[in-house]
Amino acid sequence: MTEVMVSIQNRAGIHARPAALIVQTASKFASKIWLEKGSDRINAKSIMGIITLGASYGTPIRIIADGADEEAAAAAVQALFDSRFEED
Amino acid sequence: MRNAEKKFTVLDLLDLDLKEQNALNLRCIGGRKGLAREVTTPDLNRPGLALSGFYESFAWQRLQIFGRGENAYLKTLAEAGRVEALVKMFEYPMPCCIFTHNLAPAKAFFDAAEAADCPILQTDLASSEFSSRVIRVLSDIFAPQTTIHGVLVEVYGIGILLTGDSGVGKSETALELVERGHRLVADDVVDIRCVNGSILMGQGANKVIGHHMEIRGLGIINVTHLFGVGAIRDKKQIQLVCGLEEWDANKIYDRVGTDELTTEILGVRVAKLEIPVKPGRNIPIIIETAAMNERLKKMGYHSAQEFNQNVLRWLESENARALYFNRDDYL
Repeated sequence: MTEVMVSIQNRAGIHARPAALIVQTASKFASKIWLEKGSDRINAKSIMGIITLGASYGTPIRIIADGADEEAAAAAVQALFDSRFEED
Repeated sequence: MRNAEKKFTVLDLLDLDLKEQNALNLRCIGGRKGLAREVTTPDLNRPGLALSGFYESFAWQRLQIFGRGENAYLKTLAEAGRVEALVKMFEYPMPCCIFTHNLAPAKAFFDAAEAADCPILQTDLASSEFSSRVIRVLSDIFAPQTTIHGVLVEVYGIGILLTGDSGVGKSETALELVERGHRLVADDVVDIRCVNGSILMGQGANKVIGHHMEIRGLGIINVTHLFGVGAIRDKKQIQLVCGLEEWDANKIYDRVGTDELTTEILGVRVAKLEIPVKPGRNIPIIIETAAMNERLKKMGYHSAQEFNQNVLRWLESENARALYFNRDDYL
């Protein structure tokens, strides 16, 4: 189990396009990946789930990966957050 | 929806979007600064004894309901100038005071509440009606809750939760079911609350983006607009869980159906089916059949068990016949 804390750095927050990016990235890995906002935990391979989180600018998010390639998975998803989903 | 860690405040109580027989018709008439006070229990209290000065076991944590009786007593207190009795009450950090029958409290009470920042709410409902509604509403809000990754559909009146890994075809199955005239409750993120300790109520996590689905290759679709309001439902009791999974040649799947699998959600046992997915298997039709079979079971007819009993009866009669015909003294 690998956990990383990130925060949302693009102004618009996680709307449809960033959500799709996260899902695309997460789906490349075999590990189970979740995003956690407060007490809500959702599957990072589900686009509707990610949008439902309602993650706006500055929201802290915990990335949790569990499986064979968990470290690479968590790092890849973290890289997306750090790159501001190629926005702004 | 309420999370375990999120506080439920008096303001949240005012903001609840309730309809018809659940409407509380509350409005705030004073002590606005206290609207951030937290409601910690789903219980009510009639503060008659407290008003008369008896504070032992005073349930101050509960919502305080003032009906006609309490209000009349308040009035006599105010007229007699016994303001200290009111001030004393507000030493307790009550979540709020609610006046029924559209009653408005005496000025002294009002001032005491403002001074203590205790919200005063008013409703046009009668006390007993308001009590039964608010208990119903609060017990829903304080019910244990969890979120599950899956799709909730209503098929022939049975609430079915489809679960399974991403990409196994939950949303596609639900889409086909909607197309066949069934209803979508929630896609992907299902909020489940345990009502009355035995009923699992499922609904979408968020009203704004509710009843949308993500279909690979299409993107996000609005089910309400595409299929009409008849194709959706806000919430539904979960009566059956169907776990979709990739066909695993090494796994043994139920071939008879006499054993009943169950799964536990929030401590409630629900019937569960494991449905293997592979090309050529029409999952929506299997789900439809499962729903009808579930209805039969609820009506007291269990297909697999009944079948097996018939087989047993038949075998028994065969045995009896064989025994009879083999008897030495036959003829």
